[in-house]
Amino acid sequence: MTTANQNALAKYKNNFLKEVEANVEDGHWVKMCMQCGVCAGSCPLGPHWEHSPQKLFMMIRAGKREEVLGSDSMWMCTSCYNCIVRCPRKLPITHIMHGLANYAHRLDLAPKGQPTRDIAKLFWDNLAKTGRVNELKFSLAMYFKDGFGQGVKNAMAMQATGLGLLKAKRLNPMEIIGGHKCKDISGIKKMIAKAREIEDRRRGLA
Amino acid sequence: MADNKFAAYICSGCGIGDVLNVGALEKIAQKEGKMAIVKNHPFLCNAEGVQLIKDDIANEGVTHLCIAACSRRAKAEAFSFPTVAVSRANLREGVLWVIAEGADHDEVRQEMAEDYVRMGCAEVKKMTLPGGNLKESSSKRILVVGGGMSGMTAALAAADAGYETVVVEKSGELGGFANKLLKRVPFSGPYAEPQPTGAANMTARVSHHPLIKVHLNSTLAETAGAPGRFNAKIAQESGAVAEELVGAIVQATGFTTYDIAKLPELGGGQANVVDQAGLEAMAKAANGGAIKRADGKEVKSVVFVQCAGQRDASGVHLPYCSGHCCATSIKQAMYFKDQNPDVDTVVIYQDLRVPGMGEDFYRSAQQKGVIFTKGKAGRVTGGDNCKVEFRDLILDEDTSAEADLVVLATGQVPSAGVNLDDWTATVTAAESGDETAKAKKIELQKTSVLNLTYRQGPDVPQFKYGFADSHFICFPYETRRTGIYAAGPVRRPMDMLQAQEDATGAALKAIQAVENAARGRAAHPRAWDLSFPKARLEGCTQCKRCTVECPFGAIDEDEKRFPLFNEERCRRCGTCMGACPVRVISFENYSCDTVGSQIKAVNIPDEFEEKPRILILACENDAYPALDMAGIQRITYSAYVRAIPVRCLGSVNTIWITDALNSGYDGVMMMGCKKGDDYQCHFVKGSEMAHYRMSKIGDTLKQLGLEPERVQTQEVAITDNARVARLIDEYVAQINEIGLSPMKGFG
Amino acid sequence: MVKKQYAFYPGCSSQKGATASNFLTSLDVVVDKLGIQLNEIPDWNCCGASIGYGEGGELPRLVINARNLALAEKELPGQDMVSGCPACWLATRETHERLAEHASLLAETNEALKEAGLKLNNTVKARHMTEVLIEDLGWEALKAPVVKPLEGLKIAGYVGCQTNRPFGIAGESFENPKYLDKMIETVGAEAVRYEQKVACCGGALAFSEPDKSQKQIRDIVESAYDNGADMIVTPCQLCQANVEIYQSEINKKHGTKFSMPVVYYTQLMSVAYGGSAGQAGLDGQVIKADKLEAVAKK
Repeated sequence: MTTANQNALAKYKNNFLKEVEANVEDGHWVKMCMQCGVCAGSCPLGPHWEHSPQKLFMMIRAGKREEVLGSDSMWMCTSCYNCIVRCPRKLPITHIMHGLANYAHRLDLAPKGQPTRDIAKLFWDNLAKTGRVNELKFSLAMYFKDGFGQGVKNAMAMQATGLGLLKAKRLNPMEIIGGHKCKDISGIKKMIAKAREIEDRRRGLA
Repeated sequence: MADNKFAAYICSGCGIGDVLNVGALEKIAQKEGKMAIVKNHPFLCNAEGVQLIKDDIANEGVTHLCIAACSRRAKAEAFSFPTVAVSRANLREGVLWVIAEGADHDEVRQEMAEDYVRMGCAEVKKMTLPGGNLKESSSKRILVVGGGMSGMTAALAAADAGYETVVVEKSGELGGFANKLLKRVPFSGPYAEPQPTGAANMTARVSHHPLIKVHLNSTLAETAGAPGRFNAKIAQESGAVAEELVGAIVQATGFTTYDIAKLPELGGGQANVVDQAGLEAMAKAANGGAIKRADGKEVKSVVFVQCAGQRDASGVHLPYCSGHCCATSIKQAMYFKDQNPDVDTVVIYQDLRVPGMGEDFYRSAQQKGVIFTKGKAGRVTGGDNCKVEFRDLILDEDTSAEADLVVLATGQVPSAGVNLDDWTATVTAAESGDETAKAKKIELQKTSVLNLTYRQGPDVPQFKYGFADSHFICFPYETRRTGIYAAGPVRRPMDMLQAQEDATGAALKAIQAVENAARGRAAHPRAWDLSFPKARLEGCTQCKRCTVECPFGAIDEDEKRFPLFNEERCRRCGTCMGACPVRVISFENYSCDTVGSQIKAVNIPDEFEEKPRILILACENDAYPALDMAGIQRITYSAYVRAIPVRCLGSVNTIWITDALNSGYDGVMMMGCKKGDDYQCHFVKGSEMAHYRMSKIGDTLKQLGLEPERVQTQEVAITDNARVARLIDEYVAQINEIGLSPMKGFG
Repeated sequence: MVKKQYAFYPGCSSQKGATASNFLTSLDVVVDKLGIQLNEIPDWNCCGASIGYGEGGELPRLVINARNLALAEKELPGQDMVSGCPACWLATRETHERLAEHASLLAETNEALKEAGLKLNNTVKARHMTEVLIEDLGWEALKAPVVKPLEGLKIAGYVGCQTNRPFGIAGESFENPKYLDKMIETVGAEAVRYEQKVACCGGALAFSEPDKSQKQIRDIVESAYDNGADMIVTPCQLCQANVEIYQSEINKKHGTKFSMPVVYYTQLMSVAYGGSAGQAGLDGQVIKADKLEAVAKK
C-alpha cells in the first residue's frame, strides 16, 4: 500500500465521499447526483462499464472505497462528453470520471495493466518529454508496453495501417531520431513538475 | 295553453342554404312542426337576424321558438332569449359539416336536416320557461370546518372577499398541524431553506378579522338544510349549542398521521424510531440547539426512511403516496445539517418525489451534504444504536445503515368523517333490528364531522382511500354534496402550499355556491340553469330510486316517505328523472316528454327503403361537444343517425329506449363519459348508472324480439372527435349486418 | 483587404508528417480565400488531449494549456486563439473557463507558469476553427469563394464529440447539430441523413480498447454506407484518423469491405474554392477520396 493511500485512509476514515470531494477533480459534484441513470444510458461504451457513473456515485456515497478506486470502469471513458451534456443535474461526469481514474492511478489502486491506464501514462510521459506528442514514439511505446515479443506482434499486426499512413505522409520515420519539440523544454518540465507538486500537496499525495 | 305561440327560424347562412333545401325545411316546420311563424334568414345570428326574432317575441307574442341553425353550443349569446323557451335544431355541425359532400348524399342529408327540424319543433312544444327559485332570505355566510392552515386560508379568502365567515375548530387553538412544526418547506425562490410556518401570523389575522367568527373547542352537532340555508348547530365545550345560518360550507378537516405503531417491522414503537411529527417535536424542543433523543443523547447520525407504510401494495398499509413526505424529510434533514454539518443524514428513498419547486429544495439539501440513497427499507431496529436494513436499488444489494435516530416518513390519513357505504350498511342492518349494528351506528355517528341530516348519511361521500372527493379532473373542490367543498389533505394527500391553494379554490367555490343559491340557480356545470326537478307525487310509488341514485344527496324523504327535493342541492343532472320508473320527475325545460317527443318526431322510413335510423343519446358535457368537433373538423359520419343531447347519461329514462325501438329505430347508441374509479362523468355517478340500467335492458329487448346489439353504450371523451365518427360508422355497419328492425311500421 | 488575425494553435497531430498534416495543408487555401491570417503561437505545446488525465491530473493539465494561453496573450495580444483540433480547443477552453471560475486554481497555475517565465491574465478567448468560420465570417462569406461546387457528392457529416460537446457551436443542439451539414451544403454537396452523426469513434481508446472502439467505428461507417454516402467529412483529427485508418482492421476481422473515404471539412472547402488535389491534402488520404479528387481535377 502506498503511503499516500495510508494517509488518505487515516485522514478520511470511513468518509469516502469527503475524500472524493477533497481529492478528486470536480468531486464536490458527486453528492448532487439524483440517480436518474441518464449517464449510464448515454455512454458509448456503457455496456463495458462494470459500474456506470450513476453506480459509482452511489458507491462513493455508500463508502465503497476499494471497489470504486479499484474499478476498471472509469478507464472506459472515451471523453465523448455525452454524459455531461445530458445530465439533468449538470454534473461534470466526464471530469469526475477522469478525476477518479487519476486519483486511483496515483494511489496505485487502479487495476494493474489496465490498457487505457497504461497508454494514458505513456502519452503523458511522451508529451512531457518534449512539450509535444511524438506520434511515432508514442505508437512504438504502445506496441512494446507489454514487452518486446508482444511489441513485435503488435507492430506487425498494425503494419498495413502504418504503411498506409507512411504512404500518405502522415507518419514520419524520422521522428524516431528527434521530431517535433518545443524550444523551452526545460521551462515546460519545471512548470509541469511545479504544478504536480502543488496539486500533490493539496491532495495529500506528496 | 292559449297564450303559447310557437315560431321557427331557419338560418341559411354558413352554407346551409347552399346545400340544404331550406324551403322544404320551412314547410316541415309549418306543416309537421305546427309552428305558427316560420321564417328563414341568411345570417340569423347577426344583429338583423336576432332583431327579427326579438321583434316577433315583442310584437307577435312568440313564447316558444325553435332555431334551426348551428349547434346549441354555438352562438349561445346571440340566441339567448331569456323570456321564451328555446330549442335548437343543429343543421350546421350536425348535418352540413358531417355528412359527406356531393349529390350522392343530397337525399339522406336533406332527410337528416328535416328530422332535426321536426325534432326541434317537437321539443320546444313540450318545454316551459323555467320559473326559477329565487330565495330572498338566502344566507351568504360561509362556514369553515377546521381551523388549520387550510381552514384559516379559506376563511381569510372568503372574508377578504367580503363574505362573513364562521370557523369551527375542535381544538382550543387555531393553527392545526402547522402548530406542531418547527418550520415548513419553502414556498418561494430560491427554495433552498426551511421557512417559518406562518401559522401564528395567520392565527392572529383570523382572530382579528371583523368578518370572521371563530368557535374554538367546538364541533358540528348537526348540519341541516341546503346551499343558501344551511343550519349548523355548533356544540361547544361548555355543552352549549350555538346555531349559525350559513350558505355554504368548506370542510378543511385535514388529516392525522398514519399510526407508527402499525409499523413494527420498521421499528414503530421502539426506542429512537420516530415519525416525522415526532421529529418536529424533538426539533422544537431543541430550540435551535443540537437535536437530542428521548434519552438525552445528541443525535450525530440520522436515517430517514421514506414511504414508511405508504405506497404499500400488500393491502396492509396505505396504498398511496402522501406527496409531502419527501420534501418534509429533506426539510428535517436540514434541521440537523444547519445546526451541525457533521451530523450524518441519510434519506433512504424509493423515488424521491418533490412536486412543485421541490427539486430546488432537494438540490439545496444535497449541497448541504444530505446523502440520498435509493433503496427500500426492509427492517428497522430501534434502540441505542438503530439499524436500518435496506435493499440498495441502484447497486442491487442488501445492505444496512446505522444511526442514532430513525425517522419514518409515514403518510396522511384523511379526517373525512363517516364512510357512507359503511353507514348505509349499518343503518340498513340496524333498521332490521340488528343490535350490534344499532350500537355501531351510534359509534359511527360520533366520528362524523358534519353530522348532516341528509337521508344519504352524515358526511360527504368518500372516494378512494377515504378521501372526500368529487370530480377530481374538472371540479376538484366539489364534494358530492352541493354547497359543501373540501379543501386540503381531507381531499387528497398534500403539503401546506397545496393545501393553501386548495383552500382558496374552495372558498371561491363556496362564494359561487351562495351566490347561485341566492339567484335560484344550479351549481356548476349548469350554473345558469333555473330549472329544477319537479315531481308529480300523486303518481309516485315511493320506490326511493331517485333518493338513492341522486349523486348529490339532494333528495330527502318527507314523513310520508315521498321524495323531498332540496332544489338548492340539485345539480340538474336529471339522474332522478332517469331513475324514475313511473316517470313523474321532470324539469320545465327537460323531461321525458321533451326528449320522447323528439324521438317520436323522427320520420322512420319503411324497411324497403333500406335506410336505417339510429338514435344517439349523447351526453352534453363531452359526447355532444365531440360530435360538434367532428363537424368543425369536417370529419364525416353516416347520415342515418339522429343525435339528441342529454344532460347526463344518468338522465336517460329507459322509456326512451323502448319508445325508440318500438317506433322502428334500428339501434340506439348512448354516449357518455368515462365511468368507474377514474370517472370523468360530470355528475360523478350518472354515466355509471346509465351503464347499469342498460345492462338490465336485455329483457326488454328479448320481449321485443330484438338483438342485444340494438342498444349500445359507449364512453366518449370530449377529445374523441375522430373516434366518435368512427364509432358511428362502425355501428351503422353493424346494424346493416344484423338487418333492419322488424318493428318498423308498428310504432 | 484587411485580414482577420488569429493566434493559431495547430496542435501536435497537424504538424508536418503527423496524422493530421493534411488538415493543415487544406486549411491554407481556405484561410487564403477567406482573408484570414493565422499567426502561429510561438513555441506552443501539447494540450494533453483527453487521455492526459490518467497521469496528468487536473492542475498539470490546466497548466500546460495555460502556457499556450499565456504565450498567445503575450506574443499575439488582442487576438482570439483558434485551434483546428477539437481536443486542443476543448482543453484550452476548459482551462480558460475553469481558471476564470476558480481564482485559487488561477493562482496555483500562475505559480507553476512562473517556472517557465510566464504569467496568465486569462484574457484570451479559445475558439475552434469552425466557430470562427461560422461566427466571424458567416455562411454567405463561406459560400462566396465557391468556384467548383461539389455537385452530386453525397457526404455524411460526422460531427463526433468534441466540437459538439460539452461546449458546441453556439445555437446548435447536442443531439442533432446542423452546422456540418450546412457546410456540406454550402460547398454544393448533399448532406446525408444518418444516425451516427454525433456518435463517438472511441477516441483515444482506439489504442487501448481496439475491439470496443472499432465497434463504434464500424457502426459509423456502416450507417454512412447504408444511407448512400460517398464519403464522410469530419471536423476532428482523431475522428478522421480513427474512422479512416481502422477500416482495414475492421475488414480483416469482420470480412467487411469498407473503403469509405474520410476527409476534413477544410478539404471540401479547399476543393470547392478551386484548390488542387494536392492543395486540398487529398494525397494524404489512406482511403482515397476519388470523387473529391475528380472535382479537384475538373
